[in-house]
Amino acid sequence: MVGDILVGFVRNEVRKVGFERVVVGLSGGVDSALSAAIACMALGPDNVLPILMPYRTSSSASEADARLVCEHLGMTPTVIDISPQVDVYFERFPDADRGRRGNKMARERMTILYDMSWAHGALVIGTSNKTELLLGYGTLFGDMASALNPLGDLYKTQVFALARSMDLPRTVIDKAPSADLWEGQSDEEELGFGYSLVDLVLYHMVDERCTKAELRSLGFEDAFVDDVARRVRGSQYKRRPPIIAKLSARTIDREFRYPRDWGT
Amino acid sequence: MTLTEARPAADVAPASGPHAQRAATSTDAERTDVIVALAQVAPRLGDVAANLDRHLELIDQAGAGGAALVVFPELSLTGYFLKDLVPEVALREQSDQLQTLAAASTTVDVVAGCVLESDDARFYNASLYMAGGRIHHVHRKVYLPTYGLFDEARYMAQGDRFRAFAAPLAAAAPSRPWQAGILICEDMWHPTAAALLARDGIELFLCPSSSPGRGVVSGHALGTARSYDAMTRTYAQLFTSYLVYCNRVGFEDGVGFWGGSRVVGPDGRLLDDPAANHEQLVLHRIDRGAVRRARIANPLLRDERHDVNDAETDRLKARNTRD
Repeated sequence: MVGDILVGFVRNEVRKVGFERVVVGLSGGVDSALSAAIACMALGPDNVLPILMPYRTSSSASEADARLVCEHLGMTPTVIDISPQVDVYFERFPDADRGRRGNKMARERMTILYDMSWAHGALVIGTSNKTELLLGYGTLFGDMASALNPLGDLYKTQVFALARSMDLPRTVIDKAPSADLWEGQSDEEELGFGYSLVDLVLYHMVDERCTKAELRSLGFEDAFVDDVARRVRGSQYKRRPPIIAKLSARTIDREFRYPRDWGT
Repeated sequence: MTLTEARPAADVAPASGPHAQRAATSTDAERTDVIVALAQVAPRLGDVAANLDRHLELIDQAGAGGAALVVFPELSLTGYFLKDLVPEVALREQSDQLQTLAAASTTVDVVAGCVLESDDARFYNASLYMAGGRIHHVHRKVYLPTYGLFDEARYMAQGDRFRAFAAPLAAAAPSRPWQAGILICEDMWHPTAAALLARDGIELFLCPSSSPGRGVVSGHALGTARSYDAMTRTYAQLFTSYLVYCNRVGFEDGVGFWGGSRVVGPDGRLLDDPAANHEQLVLHRIDRGAVRRARIANPLLRDERHDVNDAETDRLKARNTRD
C-alpha cells in the first residue's frame, strides 16, 4: 500500500506540472534504487533517466550495483565521472579535508542532475529518507536537492523493507549503507549508531511525540536520546528554505502562503 | 425501474449489495428506492472553471445512470489545500458558477463543495444541496480542523448549525422527500453533530470529505481509512440511517487523498466495498424500506431519552460554560 501511494505521488506530481520524465542520481545504494524503482513504476523505465556519477575514489562495487539496478528496472544508465570538475577545484585547496570534499562532490552531482533536468525536460527525483533528513545527514543543496522526494517520510528501516517488498537486487539491499564519498566510508560508523536503533528512537520521538521519561521507559538511554534530539534540532535549518528579513506586511512564506501546486 | 434498465455510462459501476437486490423487488405502488451517485473525483487545485466542467460532465453521467442524487467531495469545486487561494476561489451564492451548477440540478439533485463567500466577506467551507435548478440547502462546515496538517480556521469562518432538510430527489419520484443532513469531513469526528441531525429527523447522512491519507505505520490499511470505516458504520447503525460518504482522490503538495467512498446501510453494513483509490462515479441504490426494517429491529431513535439528555445538558451548562 505504501508503494502504491508513492507511485501515485510521483505520477501525479510529475504530470501535474507538465512533465513526463524524471532524472535520478543512482549511487548503487538502496535509497536511490528505491526512488528509481518507484519512478519506473509511475512513469515507465523509458521515462526515468538514471545518472551514475562516480568519483575516482568511489568504490567500483557501487557502480556495478547501480548498473545492476538499471538492468533490473530496464533503464539505460548515463555515466558521468565527476573527478575532473572536483579535482580542478581542489587543486586550489590541496589541504581541504574530506568533509569539504564530500560536500563538494554532492553539490557537483546536484549541478549535473539539474543540468540533465534542463537538457531532457525531466524533474529531479530526490532520494533522501526521513532518517537522513531528521539527523541532517546530507549535504544542503547537494544530495538534499530535488523537485520531489518519494522517500522523505520513510525511515531508513522502512526503505529497506519497501526495497525488499519490491524485489530490488539483494546486493543493493544487504550491503552496509554508505555515502561512498571516501573509501571505506560507512554511514553507521560515521553516525556512531545503527539505523535500526536510531529509527526506533526517532519514530517514538518525532512521530509519537514521546516525552524523555517515556523514551527512557522504552529502554532508550538518556545520553543517546539527547544526542539524537540535538542532531534533529541542530539540522533544522537544512529542512527549511532560507530565512527572509521581514519588512512588508506580506512576506513570502509568512503571510504569502500558497500551495506549491498553485496553478498546476 | 431496475438498475439493468438504467444503462450506466462507461465508467459507472453498477449498484450492488443486499439492499439493491431487495429494492429491485419492491413494487412501483410506493417508490421507496433511490439511486445515489458518488462522484469520487480529484479536483484541480484552485481551478474552479475546470472543476465546474467536470461536475457538469459527471452530473450528466449520473443522470444517465438513473441517479436521483450525485454527491461530490468536500471543496469539490476548488481543491483542498488552498491556503491564500481561499478568497481568490470563493464563490457567492448568486455567482455565475454556482448558478450554472444549480441549473444542472433540474433532473438530478447535486451536493457539491466550494468556498462560499458571505455578504460580510466571510469564507465558509460549504457543501450546497442543489435541486430543481436552485440552491436548496447550504451546510457550512462547523468544525474546521486546525492542527496537524490542517489549517482551515486560519483561512475560513466556522458554520454555526446542523440542520435536517427535505431532499426532494424528484427524479426517483419518492412518495415524500427524504430527510437528510450534511456533515463535512471533520464534522464527522464530533458525534454530537451526528446526534443532532438524527434528533432533527434525518434518515440520510450526506458526508462529503477531503480526507488526506496518513498513518501508514499501523499495518496495511491507512489509519485515516480505518477511522472513517469505524465512524461511518457506527453512525449509520446507531442512528439507523443511510450514510453516504464521498471522499476525494488525487494529490496536493505531496498529500494523497485516499478515496474509499461508500454507502453504509441503516444496519451498519456497507452496500459494497469502498471505492478503490482512483477517479470514478459509483452508483448505489438506497431504499427507505431498509430504514424502516432497521428501525423495527433496533428502535434506538424511538427510545432515545431526549429529556434525560436535555436535563443533563442543562446541568452541565450551569456548571461549566465550556460544556
